[in-house]
Amino acid sequence: MPVPDTSFFQSHYIPNTPSQQQEMLDAIGVNSIDDLFSDIPAKHRHPTLDIPHPMSEIDLKFQLMALGLKNSNLEQNACFLGAGAYNHFSPSIVKPILTRGEFLTSYTPYQAEASQGTLQVAYEFQSLISNLMDMDVANDGMYDGATSFAEAALMACRVTKRDEIYVLDTINPVYREVIETYALPQKLKIYTLPAKNPILPATAACLLVQYPNFHGNIEDLALYKRQTEDAGALLVVSADPIAMGMLKPPGEFGADIVTGEGQGLGVPISYGGPYVGLFCTRKKFVRQMPGRIVGRTNDSEGKTGYVLTLQTREQHIRRERATSNICTSQALLALAATITMAAVGKTGFRQLSELNYHKAHYAASLIEKLPGFSLPLEGEFFNEFVVKCPTNPSTINKRLLANEIIGGLDISSSMPDCMLIAVTEMNTEPQITALVTTLAEFGS
Amino acid sequence: MNPSDRRYSKDHEWAQIVGEEVIIGITNFAQEQLGDIVYVDLPEVGSNLDQSSKLGEIESVKAVSDIFSPIGGAVIEVNQAVLDSPELVNQDPSGSGWLVKLAPSDASSDFSSLLTSDEYDELIENEAH
Amino acid sequence: MNNIHAFQRKLLMERSVPGRIGSILPDLDVPKQNLPRPELLRDNLDFPELSEPEIVRYFTNLSRLNFSIDTNFYPLGSCTMKYNPKINDEIAFSPGYAGLHPNQPIDEVQGALTILYRLQGYLREITGMSGVSLAPLAGAQGELAGVLMMRRYLMDNGQEQRLKMLIPDSAHGTNPASAKMAGFNVVSVPTDDSGNTNLEALRAEATNDLAGIMITLPSTLGLFDKNIVEICNIIHQAGGLVYADGANMNALLGQVKIGDLGFDVMHLNLHKTFSTPHGGGGPGAGPVAVKSILEPYLPAPIIGLNQEPNEKHYYLESPNKSIGKLAAFHGNFGVLVRAYVYIRSLGDYGLKQISENAVLNANYIKEKLKGYYNLPFDRNCMHEVVFSATKHKDKGVNGLSISKRLLDYGFHAPTMYFPLTVDEALLIEPTETESKETLDLFIETMKSIDQEAQSQPDLVHDAPHNTPIRRLDEAKAAREPDLRWSRPEEP
Repeated sequence: MPVPDTSFFQSHYIPNTPSQQQEMLDAIGVNSIDDLFSDIPAKHRHPTLDIPHPMSEIDLKFQLMALGLKNSNLEQNACFLGAGAYNHFSPSIVKPILTRGEFLTSYTPYQAEASQGTLQVAYEFQSLISNLMDMDVANDGMYDGATSFAEAALMACRVTKRDEIYVLDTINPVYREVIETYALPQKLKIYTLPAKNPILPATAACLLVQYPNFHGNIEDLALYKRQTEDAGALLVVSADPIAMGMLKPPGEFGADIVTGEGQGLGVPISYGGPYVGLFCTRKKFVRQMPGRIVGRTNDSEGKTGYVLTLQTREQHIRRERATSNICTSQALLALAATITMAAVGKTGFRQLSELNYHKAHYAASLIEKLPGFSLPLEGEFFNEFVVKCPTNPSTINKRLLANEIIGGLDISSSMPDCMLIAVTEMNTEPQITALVTTLAEFGS
Repeated sequence: MNPSDRRYSKDHEWAQIVGEEVIIGITNFAQEQLGDIVYVDLPEVGSNLDQSSKLGEIESVKAVSDIFSPIGGAVIEVNQAVLDSPELVNQDPSGSGWLVKLAPSDASSDFSSLLTSDEYDELIENEAH
Repeated sequence: MNNIHAFQRKLLMERSVPGRIGSILPDLDVPKQNLPRPELLRDNLDFPELSEPEIVRYFTNLSRLNFSIDTNFYPLGSCTMKYNPKINDEIAFSPGYAGLHPNQPIDEVQGALTILYRLQGYLREITGMSGVSLAPLAGAQGELAGVLMMRRYLMDNGQEQRLKMLIPDSAHGTNPASAKMAGFNVVSVPTDDSGNTNLEALRAEATNDLAGIMITLPSTLGLFDKNIVEICNIIHQAGGLVYADGANMNALLGQVKIGDLGFDVMHLNLHKTFSTPHGGGGPGAGPVAVKSILEPYLPAPIIGLNQEPNEKHYYLESPNKSIGKLAAFHGNFGVLVRAYVYIRSLGDYGLKQISENAVLNANYIKEKLKGYYNLPFDRNCMHEVVFSATKHKDKGVNGLSISKRLLDYGFHAPTMYFPLTVDEALLIEPTETESKETLDLFIETMKSIDQEAQSQPDLVHDAPHNTPIRRLDEAKAAREPDLRWSRPEEP
């Protein structure tokens, strides 16, 4: 590649020309830009910087688009992979609205008068997520589903003033790891309980349940509510928002804190992030809730407007005594979710949810009949299920990919020869048939 | 001028003996410094407080302040009206904006360590400058 | 008179009309299956019913109520509101990157891992550190990762009694909150009159329970602490570790490497220094960089590279003493891609020009306004400058009113009331992507506001006047929290 001449290089992101820079230096009364850095110890100034030279937009785009093609993406392949991130519908209107500079390039709405757009969207998001989960209040979003779940456990300990976190053995094992990262340094204890017949001691701060669980099964929230109530503990549920189109929401079972991964609500799957964590609770616990919250109020002329509120919970005011160190709300992804919920709408959301359900159950019914394959788990499921395969899932996945199918998650380390398959509204009947046909090749 | 029928702490709380009980609140100076009070967190009835231990928290829109108990004792009543309408503390800090009533453990000794209204007036005169 | 503004701000649920739909979903193309037991099914979902055009117009009109970098000068101190290049978004949104499932086997995502691997390397080079993890999802999570690593390192070396974390009084609130989450006790260290860390106070705290110090460099006062190397030495001699909050790295890109100064661990805010869009409060990304002693503790995953005979092969790994997972997946990939594109666009020369121009622009504002606003630290600033808006307090004009008045003139406000150590602080960060013409207009505007504060204080005091909404009743919002739309009670 030709090497640009540094003496003439000017970044296209920097408007001031050398002559303007000189005018400014004259105004400041220094000879060179270097003089402005005189507080830095001379010995450490001007380090070598081994970074490639600048690239033109044409070269860069050419190179990166080519590199992108090395990846097998979900536009070219049918996807039956889930386990925390799903290939769901994102309406075409999401991206044009998301990339409007007024949403994309604004900061956290500390100046309410200059941020009513962002603030009103946040209020909409809180309203729709509260409705979806049937909870009193939601915040404006957390980093992702896993950190939401972890922060919920910490919050439950604050509310109950207890230090024992109980976790069902059916939650996503990675979520479990994140909970450990967050809770153990604070000297909180984490215990695992079997989902089948958990016995919750009276010292528990909370019980953490995933709904549907990691294996796709619909957990018995009514049972867990009775148990937490008896123990004086909080019921914390991580719920899949898409499933809430048809399943009874955790709020109806009396959950105290409900979290979730908001990616399914029209957020690009983007190799794991950025996503938005959902977080809801009951009104009486709102002051223990982490994250950003927007409230409705009025201005000095009586006009309705929106502001960040209950900020005394947050780190910029309460510092080390804050409910969390978080100061991000993933506002842009909350916007994507809000647009998606609005566009799919009341009747559409039920339909969306049922599409997942019927397609997944249809696929499961076909796979179950294949020689050598079985569904090892009992119980009702939503759009994800475990399949026991006649051979190693990774071998099967290689064959599937050759047929432009991204197979399910290989969970053979916890369940031998098992694969976790997700089916969504994006999977067509021919895709399901292709999946089943390829799997059948492994039947003995 | 702060009422002379009670004693004051350097942290801007007041304590007033009424019969067997002691009523506790924050001073007018404190509420002025805090601005619009939006939330008050008070202990549960029955909790025991040492003198100068944390009694609760008081929040304005953008600040949180601890309230310390000017005397020791057991909480026998919390002001529900203040919990419901925290602005009462702004409106009437020395009266209906009181916070808790205590059954004092050692009122006379605790009170002797507090400031009289004159001493407190002087203290805030100095703090204001 | 119509009230188009009120109409534009009606909420989704208030606009809802039964029977409208905003998108058409496909018909079920497989046989219908048995539904679950009825007691598992929900009765009703209170969601809006709207058509696509009204949804688009609603959100588009809402967007126009925002100030943003694309529309306004946004000199928000310590937030680095620089231009966010569009090519970064274009590549991050392309199917080769946005269409990848995080659980795909690594063989299928080698292109994605290539970018992450290279980005790790660039950030190592820029910071002068030996290891980088891209996992943290935000600056505050990067901080948490950093202090968790410090804690684990101290424990592994039999130093679990070291629980005291020093934090300068000018620090951002996340520093103490993160330190607390990692189990440390926070002790504040004062700043001296020239804006450097008070070394005497620091030495007094350098005891055998010292875990370390968290320093923002340059500080939130916009100053480069002249004693920084000595501070690192004092802490190291006392057995502690030194953390750098890299929120203000825009001042230092290519000028100095944080690792060379003696720091052990730091985080970067890609949404600040590396131009990824803030999106109204997220997403961000907060990679952590460490010296070799802390490398085994980095949060998972790290991207590794096997040099195979025919082809390079990238993989994900967890360091052997990792503090663990911070999120469900591998970091905010979409943000990381944008930062990668940015670094490649600017390259070595461009990165240095960022810091040069960021610092030049801030000093220009400082020089031009110092006769008009009180300047608490009259020395070369770095990428931002702090003024103290105390001059017109007697007329009822404070930092808040000046900030709000700026909105009337079409400029976003500076960061106000932060750092907490400066009375009526106005922290101004122009960034390198603003032209001299914009800076001059801003300077003239600040001068006019100073004039107005003298001649028409009420005009400033009651600002803003031209924004879509006037000052909001924040006390009401906090006293009677209205946090969601509720269906009005049926009469």
